[in-house]
Amino acid sequence: MSTRKLVDARGSFCPGPLMELIAAMKAAQVGDELEVLSTDKGSAHDIPEWINKVKHEHIETREEEGVWHVIVRKAK
Amino acid sequence: MRILVIGGGMGGTILANNLARRLAGELRSGKVRITMLSASDKHMYQPGLLYLAVGRMAPDELYRDQRGLLEPGIEFHVDPVETFELDKNQVKTKSGKVHAYDVIAIATGSRPVAEEIPGLAENAEQFYTEASALKMFKRLQEFQGGKVVVTVGVPHKCPMAPLEITFMLYDYFKDRGILDKTQIHYTYPVGRTHSLENVAKWATPEMERLGITYETLFNMKEVDGAKKVVRSEEGSEAPFDLLITIPAHRGMEVIEKNGLGQRGFIPTHRHRLNMEGKENVFILGDTTNLPISKAGSTAHFEAEALAENIAAMAKMGMPVRDYDGKVFCFIEAGKDRATYAMFNYQNPPDPKAPTRAVHWFKIAYNKLYWASARGLL
Repeated sequence: MSTRKLVDARGSFCPGPLMELIAAMKAAQVGDELEVLSTDKGSAHDIPEWINKVKHEHIETREEEGVWHVIVRKAK
Repeated sequence: MRILVIGGGMGGTILANNLARRLAGELRSGKVRITMLSASDKHMYQPGLLYLAVGRMAPDELYRDQRGLLEPGIEFHVDPVETFELDKNQVKTKSGKVHAYDVIAIATGSRPVAEEIPGLAENAEQFYTEASALKMFKRLQEFQGGKVVVTVGVPHKCPMAPLEITFMLYDYFKDRGILDKTQIHYTYPVGRTHSLENVAKWATPEMERLGITYETLFNMKEVDGAKKVVRSEEGSEAPFDLLITIPAHRGMEVIEKNGLGQRGFIPTHRHRLNMEGKENVFILGDTTNLPISKAGSTAHFEAEALAENIAAMAKMGMPVRDYDGKVFCFIEAGKDRATYAMFNYQNPPDPKAPTRAVHWFKIAYNKLYWASARGLL
């Protein structure tokens, strides 16, 4: 059964939100959704760029009070 | 108060020694007891493995007896934990002993898992253990030129290691006089040459100046040893004559077996450093799931904050400060130049141009580390 996992990368400069997502993908199952929380506005670009290149699925990016929520689905 | 420290690495050792000093009176009177359980009677200076891999340190320089690093009031047992019974406030060890606690700190560290990528362990050199670092140095000594590819798994211990080994390899090949026959190709998982933007702003032009090629958004999928090529999840491939890898890491098996955290990393409160849902269970170093560097300095600064808080809990019944995410990393930029990055949850680093002075301070720190471990520095 697929689930949504939170990847709280707020305040992460190193390894950073995308690296946190790449690590979390390893523990996720195909079909799972992952929601990355990031205080780095660059995540709004960096994460979808990687997701598209590696052929997972980008579901949504939104900003709420200085925190970017990037939601993706593990597709393979 | 019975304080139990699990793990005799950098985080556990600094924590125990710092606590022993802060609670010296309570230890003497018997009000406090500090016990450390470790898997080894030796303490390794892990950052030294980078130097071992390029022939700049010897194995014996990496070790001290763990007992000799600890304050006299600390009970030390080489008897690793096998079962965490956190609901009963006790652990069971390999020898069958049960240790009860009021407060426990878990600092069991992480381990490289190159075997998770098909073909990687068999075909790549790495330097995260003494044996593998020595094997890598032997392979380097035999290398006569060709394409050297550096690959990086996620997450990995020491975020500066990919850049450091790349620049140190450049100087190594230069010193051996085979640079003109050698092409270094650096790959990295995210869309720039380092996760820290300001570090990437320095490293990228430095690579271009030195003729080191690079490919970003490269996450290892498999290594074909017969064809000597490493393929990425993103669909590209890099041919190699010599493959050097910074492998992905997991937390220790005992953490996974006890169900304390996925892939061995325990969910941890980013400021208080307690395990989520457990007020008397603290986590530090590589064992946390925090989105900060898996590095000795992280464990060091976490241990200092935690020691202050646990000592305050023993004396006043409450913690006194938050961990602010502080990390300080040296960055070796070759054999004789270095810079550093210092940052926390709120402030990004702003590394300066590498200098010889910072490199020599790092070399000095390779010895001063033993004072850090004792809680003196």
